[in-house]
Amino acid sequence: MVGLIISTLHRTIMAGTSLLLGTTGEILTERSGILNLGVEGMMNLGAVAGFMVTYRTGNLLWGVFAALLAGGAAAALHGFITVYVKANQTVSGLALSMLGVGLAGVLGKPFIGHQLPVRLEQIEIPLLGQIPVLGELLFHQDPLFYGGIVLAFASWFFLRYTRTGIRIRSVGENPRASESQGIPVEKFRFLCTVGGGAFAGLAGAHVVLSYSTSWTEGIVAGRGWIVVGLTIFSLWNPLRGMIGAFLFGGIFVTQYVLQPLGVPPNLLAMLPYGATLVVLLLDGLRKDQRSLHAPAALGEPYSR
Amino acid sequence: MAGKSLLKKIQTVQMEKISKYFQGVAANRNIDLTIRGGEILGLLGENGAGKTTLMNILYGLYRPDGGRILIDGVEATFRSPRDAIRAGIGMVHQHFMLVQNHTVVENIVLGDGEAPFLFPQRAVEQKLLKFQELYGLKVPPYARVWQLSAGEQQRVEIVKALMQGADLLILDEPTSVLTPLESRDLFSILRRMAGEGHGVVIISHKLEEILDLCHRVVVLRKGEVVGEADTKGVTKEELARMMVGRSVVFSFDWKPAPKGEVVLQVEGITVRSDRGTVAVKNVDLSVHRREIVGIAGVAGNGQRELVEAITGLRKVESGRIRILGKDITNQSARVIHAEGVAHIPEERIRFGTVPNLLIYENAVLKRHHFAPFSDVLFLDYSEIKSHAVDLVEQFTVAAPSIRVPMKHLSGGNIQKLIVGREVSAGPALLVASHPTYGLDVGATEYIRKQLLKRREEGEAVLLVSEDLEEILELSDRIAVMFEGHIVGILNRQEATIEQIGLLMGGVRS
Amino acid sequence: MQLGPLQLTVRWEVRQKQPPLLSALTLLGALAMGFLWVGLVFFFLGVDPVFALRKIFVGSFGSVYGWKESLTKGIPLFLISSGLCVAYQAKFWNIGAESQLLMGAVCSTWFGLHVGASLSPIVGIPLMFFMGFLGGALWGVIPAILKVRFGVSEVISTLMLNYIAAEFVSYLIVGPWKGTTKYGYPYTDDLPKHLLLGTIPGSRIHYITLFLGIVISIALFILLYRTKFGYEVRVVGESPEAAKYAGIDFFRTSLLIMIISGGVAGMAGVGEVAGIHHHLSYPGNISAGYGFTAVITAWLGRLNPLGSLIAGFFFAGILVGGDAIQISLRLPAATVHIFNGILLFVLLVGNFFLNHRPLLQLHRR
Repeated sequence: MVGLIISTLHRTIMAGTSLLLGTTGEILTERSGILNLGVEGMMNLGAVAGFMVTYRTGNLLWGVFAALLAGGAAAALHGFITVYVKANQTVSGLALSMLGVGLAGVLGKPFIGHQLPVRLEQIEIPLLGQIPVLGELLFHQDPLFYGGIVLAFASWFFLRYTRTGIRIRSVGENPRASESQGIPVEKFRFLCTVGGGAFAGLAGAHVVLSYSTSWTEGIVAGRGWIVVGLTIFSLWNPLRGMIGAFLFGGIFVTQYVLQPLGVPPNLLAMLPYGATLVVLLLDGLRKDQRSLHAPAALGEPYSR
Repeated sequence: MAGKSLLKKIQTVQMEKISKYFQGVAANRNIDLTIRGGEILGLLGENGAGKTTLMNILYGLYRPDGGRILIDGVEATFRSPRDAIRAGIGMVHQHFMLVQNHTVVENIVLGDGEAPFLFPQRAVEQKLLKFQELYGLKVPPYARVWQLSAGEQQRVEIVKALMQGADLLILDEPTSVLTPLESRDLFSILRRMAGEGHGVVIISHKLEEILDLCHRVVVLRKGEVVGEADTKGVTKEELARMMVGRSVVFSFDWKPAPKGEVVLQVEGITVRSDRGTVAVKNVDLSVHRREIVGIAGVAGNGQRELVEAITGLRKVESGRIRILGKDITNQSARVIHAEGVAHIPEERIRFGTVPNLLIYENAVLKRHHFAPFSDVLFLDYSEIKSHAVDLVEQFTVAAPSIRVPMKHLSGGNIQKLIVGREVSAGPALLVASHPTYGLDVGATEYIRKQLLKRREEGEAVLLVSEDLEEILELSDRIAVMFEGHIVGILNRQEATIEQIGLLMGGVRS
Repeated sequence: MQLGPLQLTVRWEVRQKQPPLLSALTLLGALAMGFLWVGLVFFFLGVDPVFALRKIFVGSFGSVYGWKESLTKGIPLFLISSGLCVAYQAKFWNIGAESQLLMGAVCSTWFGLHVGASLSPIVGIPLMFFMGFLGGALWGVIPAILKVRFGVSEVISTLMLNYIAAEFVSYLIVGPWKGTTKYGYPYTDDLPKHLLLGTIPGSRIHYITLFLGIVISIALFILLYRTKFGYEVRVVGESPEAAKYAGIDFFRTSLLIMIISGGVAGMAGVGEVAGIHHHLSYPGNISAGYGFTAVITAWLGRLNPLGSLIAGFFFAGILVGGDAIQISLRLPAATVHIFNGILLFVLLVGNFFLNHRPLLQLHRR
């Protein structure tokens, strides 16, 4: 029984890792004032790039790197269109999601059903891995999980206690004031968007290199949209985002736990999406608090 | 930084033949301006004269279309404010360039090129404390900006500029958000700075403060320099003539008139702000027929919330509001409008108009659902258009046609259309928030006359303004708001600027 | 850019006016750029772009069959995108037309199978469309309530509802609604014959829905530009503050907007079930991404229901042509998303050129 609980929690953490990476990235982007609804597209591109490159080279490192690049490049498109062309961020994000899902579908088609020769193996952290239960849960995971945790803490620290972090937040709160202090608003926003996209690419890589290792169509399955919801839930704080990500990891795993009990799988598959709605709804009950946390200039194009 | 400003100060800044065009319209044309260290220079002009544009160019926010800037005789090119800051120029904008949700130190880190990468807050706090001693500018380092009063926010701006090593400090309309008392404090700080060799430029349209504070004044009109003088050898009247281009400023024919029945009756209302704090505290107020009641006060003392409560845009927590005896407390804006309350809103472009809709569509905003503009379902565009033509003609709105988007009109013409629209509804009560803020003299005069006309026609007007002259000129009675309370109601005959000023600062006599 | 001692900078100035000719030119320019990019994508996928693009247009507008099919696929687009025009003019970003269509299909299937069998077509078919409208409208009202009452972003909620509805339909067809006459296929039983929508002979064009689509587009055009409600929708979209000032009830307006835009999407679902498939089946069969394609056609039509009618027909052609190359080049169904994404991007950039004009300046360095 204990073993079952531990293995369930272990899978929870695994399922939450891609959400964690994606949410951290979107927080970074949104903190600079750019709303990127293209996470689903960027994760899809990251996934397909990671899968293809790993499949061809057999080298995970190249795969992860390709995913990072793919996510960043896709985000650069959104960044260019919203920051420099000053287009509607909602529509541009949607376009990016469509493009990413489409490209991943087309590029991935020949690989449907194919299995990767390698996967991101779980690594035991020396000493810490020996701690009973906790060691099993937290220190027997794949490298992207460790990376995700480190990046989440680092992002939190970076945004809060570094000069550049403060400036990024300022750009997202009040671009005009930032500009008047000599901050190159457009450059900041563009780079944060690209950086956030690279995180989303990593998130996509985790889905195909660790969570599942064979390609199926629609493998990202709306995780990108859940990330967008989690970003709101996190109140734009990477540490809260971490909690949200693993909560939703748990909801993904619940599907498999409940399936043997005879609940139809299609109904279980609704769980994460329904849970996103519920979480946002509960969040809405304390609206005043959220309005204090949301970057004040989020989603508004800035021009001098 | 601090050390640098002690070693070397800018001696002169010369702006030569500066020109700047927006959409082909000249905001600055061939302007020559010299600013000297240790001097307080007044930049005087009406709204729209090009003062702020000129200083934004000096601060690197805009690049000039022609002309050049020399600092101590050396040509300087500012690509961004960062270049200007490096050259020793600092600016305090009229609308503060502060991040409201951030702390004071975080706001300073924003522009501080020497803040360390890690934990910059601590380093900046140390520096801030040193500056506080040096100039007597007290600001709480870890308070969030939105928690500070306007005066405190302005101090943050000044400290920020000084900490960045500003030798030359530009202040755009610095007293518009201050009480007379706070203004006096500001002036003494600025004099002290000039005494230490700093250059100071004050942008203003207030003649008295320019004469009081500045050594020299340069007057701009329609983007050009029209006059320059030492303040010692010039009178208020001469400056006014230069600024406006004609001698008479305002002449209103205010006649005493017996006030009629009560139109607006506010009884003990309490209203919360967006932040959830209590912004209006147990306020009583009445406005009668044939009366203008002016509400004076420094921005942010509850005037906005009071107006929004009366016009149905904000919920009242407790208390009653009646119009002509009818209780309208917490009714919708639409119902209140139907009961005879018209509203000239504070943020006229954001609230009062829909910039992308056409002029005639804007002419019936709020009234589109009334006959004759619509029936049960459909709008009657011929009625709407003829109404718009009437408004444009009657209220002298300069518009190429009623078929252009509202955003193509100038600020003054937008306001004339709004005033026309609201007045033409024949309201029992007209609520006017900052009706002439930022308008040129012509439009200001016109709109003030329209308000007086309402009074003469026997209707009630509630006027909210930060412009004390406007309040004094138009009002029968003057109510002063401070921290959500009405701290005094004065009759026209007994009111003086000094008395109102004290009340605005919370000093009850 | 540097030219010796001179420096060339480009500044973008906001255009005061957008003459119709410029509008048309930027639209055409954007479309041309879009096809160029699509061509490039084909090239990188190892497909001859000229061949592929030609195939798309020959497949759609090059034959009588192609025209008929384009009109068939245009029907749901006409309905959905004219409804989306209303929502988008109010800046209510309904991305959930896909699931509003599905819920319309579910409700009308239920009605057809359980109630409609005993009704004459004259009563049954209108009621079936009404049920479809109701299904889509109710599904559409959920995000409106979530947005206005709880501040939940409608983009996320409508998307989440898309996933939920798709799973719900899959659940119905493999579970409780699985047909008894379908030999193991995950379909419901066919609707009764007399409730099926007639088609123009020799085609799949279910003319009742086509008629409804065109009439509703015209009606929504009138609604937007001639009625009090349409005026309020446009004010809400252009300036929420001015809408508040004008006393426009945001909750009521949002609800009505989503009832309309969800409802007409639901009617499109009725057309797909009763006009094409005759039963409920996999969500991907019932709607070939019409809910997403309609986002583009609404934009392409500049959020004018009549414009979206033209855009809808044009895009239906691309869908048909897309089918043609998917079959001959064995490309997956997702290809159409690439089209959609690229065209949205170029339309956005086109808008920029419509609203700004370049100012070239020479500076001394």
